[in-house]
Amino acid sequence: MYAQMVKSEGMKARDEMSPEELAFQERIDRGEKIEPKEWMPEGYRKTLVRQIGQHAHSEIVGQLPEGNWITRAPTLERKAILLAKVQDEAGHGLYLYSAAETLGVSRDDLVEKLHSGAMKYSSIFNYPTLNWADMGAVGWLVDGAAIMNQVPLQRTSYGPYSRAMIRICKEESFHQRQGYSIMMKMAQGTPEQKEMAQDALNRFWGPALMMFGPSDKDSVHSAQSMAWKIKINTNDELRQKFVDETVPQAEYLGLTIPDPTLKWDDERGHYDFAQPDWDEFFEVLKGNGPCNEERLGARRRAWDEGAWFREGLVAYAEKSAARRAAAGVAAE
Amino acid sequence: MTKKEWPLWEVFIRGQHGLNHRHVGSLHAPDAEMAINHARDVYTRRKEGVSIWVVKSADITASSPSEKGPLFDPAESKVYRHPTFFDIPDEVGHM
Amino acid sequence: MSVQSETITPQAPAADPLVADEALRPAFFDWLCRMGDNTVVLGHRISEWCGHGPVLEEDIALANTALDLIGHTQMWLGLAGEVEGRGRSADDLAFLRDAYRFRNAKLVELPNGDMAVTLMREFLFDAWHFEMLTALTRSASARVAEIAAKALKEVSYHLERSSDLVVRLGDGSAESHARMQEALDRLWSYAGELFTADATDDAMAAAGIAPSLADLLAQWQRTVDEVLEEATLRKPEGRFDVHQGGKQGRHTEHLGYILAEMQFLQRAYPGASW
Repeated sequence: MYAQMVKSEGMKARDEMSPEELAFQERIDRGEKIEPKEWMPEGYRKTLVRQIGQHAHSEIVGQLPEGNWITRAPTLERKAILLAKVQDEAGHGLYLYSAAETLGVSRDDLVEKLHSGAMKYSSIFNYPTLNWADMGAVGWLVDGAAIMNQVPLQRTSYGPYSRAMIRICKEESFHQRQGYSIMMKMAQGTPEQKEMAQDALNRFWGPALMMFGPSDKDSVHSAQSMAWKIKINTNDELRQKFVDETVPQAEYLGLTIPDPTLKWDDERGHYDFAQPDWDEFFEVLKGNGPCNEERLGARRRAWDEGAWFREGLVAYAEKSAARRAAAGVAAE
Repeated sequence: MTKKEWPLWEVFIRGQHGLNHRHVGSLHAPDAEMAINHARDVYTRRKEGVSIWVVKSADITASSPSEKGPLFDPAESKVYRHPTFFDIPDEVGHM
Repeated sequence: MSVQSETITPQAPAADPLVADEALRPAFFDWLCRMGDNTVVLGHRISEWCGHGPVLEEDIALANTALDLIGHTQMWLGLAGEVEGRGRSADDLAFLRDAYRFRNAKLVELPNGDMAVTLMREFLFDAWHFEMLTALTRSASARVAEIAAKALKEVSYHLERSSDLVVRLGDGSAESHARMQEALDRLWSYAGELFTADATDDAMAAAGIAPSLADLLAQWQRTVDEVLEEATLRKPEGRFDVHQGGKQGRHTEHLGYILAEMQFLQRAYPGASW
């Protein structure tokens, strides 16, 4: 989702496992939570760092497409709501980086890996937000798709990740609803507003489906991640669930999902739908999406231009600690 | 220039109802005073009447931690932070 | 699942005959626009940082400040609309007035620059804002006093935060010190507009609605002197009240661009509901 195509390491059959590995797997199978500093296979740790890190990066890069409209929000209330939402995303990034840090990596290192391109963020944030209805579509579809994945992840095996997810899910519900509330206003508004709403849906539908990642039913990485309970459902399961829940919501809005093949399948009890353009998806992942350069450029700029600020505050903290120590010595 | 990362702090908050301080999460700050300020902004959204403790994560000795982080209500005036602020028609299903 | 919107029972506003006082109306409206325009424009500037802050914790803190200021705007411009009595809402006033009708001080419309300019501007403004709101809690207008009391809680924290950061960055590294000094030198000549009274301010002071601006100056200077000293920054020698006119609607070129952006949707799609 926000963590797409995370490679997991060290898939092993049960009979190849060391006693430690077997005991670890049994703890997970019993539903126990793994906590920091407890023994874990190196593959589990590395995979989690990659997944949680990617998720955290997605939150902070994800501030940008919506941040793009904060200064243009049409009313004071919409401005406050949007700002609060984008601020929450910074908070979610912070919670997730903290969870990753319990695995022995530092936040600054993760951030540098994002900036160097060594770590990825979700493909969805490389798409532009072009009209106000996009703020609705992002909340409704993008946060909606994210929630599909994050709700089950509350039960993930790694304690700090699970707790971060619980907190995040609580806040995400407001995000999706505020998005849908914008879509309702737009879809029920003037003909131009309705046109913007349909345009937003047309542009975000495919990229939202891509958020779940390509089919992974045959992927060994996914199988390992699922055995470790750091992935709970397959990509296809979640994508189907998303489509099934979203179609009636689009119908209520009077908007058309841009998929002529979309139809209810009575036998399966699900909607049939067309796959998104996976060639486009891989191009976006490679850095050739519509906004890759802008997004990563904005993050790098913020970090580089903020260096003096971070360092200045460290300098003050060191000076004041030294002054306190000196005063303490003098007082003795 | 040498790279100096802000240390990580663990944040504990006691709400208005006088319960014990509880761990709510972590953050980075250059020193303890700023960690308190950041905690106000990040974890309480500056709701009043809360008491905050911070301690450097490196200074914690842990056995096998397993507490759940409580969730903080946003400040009362920011009603839009509550999902129920937005009226969603029944027809569209759960959201 | 059926979800009901939480019912928020708004407290009935305090009875306040001054709101309907016809003789006071033009000055009172003008003055309320000054309060609300300062907060909407500064809130807009600070919100530009969202997603671009130097570190996550600061990004979040800046957004909190901007959110507070937007909240204050809703209260001040809401009351301005009531006093004016022509049915204009806070949104109408924020999104449908042109720059020459805006009444904010020039200080708040200047571009953000780096974090040094952003924080120094906040500090100079917060120190004024704090004194102003403190005095307004004793306003003869019950409605004004009510808004001031709500806003003061948040602004006390704004001042605490910006003072702290000015001290830390001023007394931080050589580079942070130099940047803070440069920011102060650049902004200093804009601060005095907040204390320059005109007929509107005089009328508000005479009616007991607002304090005399001169009365706020001494405490502001004490705060500024103390913080700058601790920050090892040098107070500029030149006049602090060179740049005037914002409060009367004669702005810098920057405000026009802020409004072009902020008002775009309301202007492009008149009458639409959002």
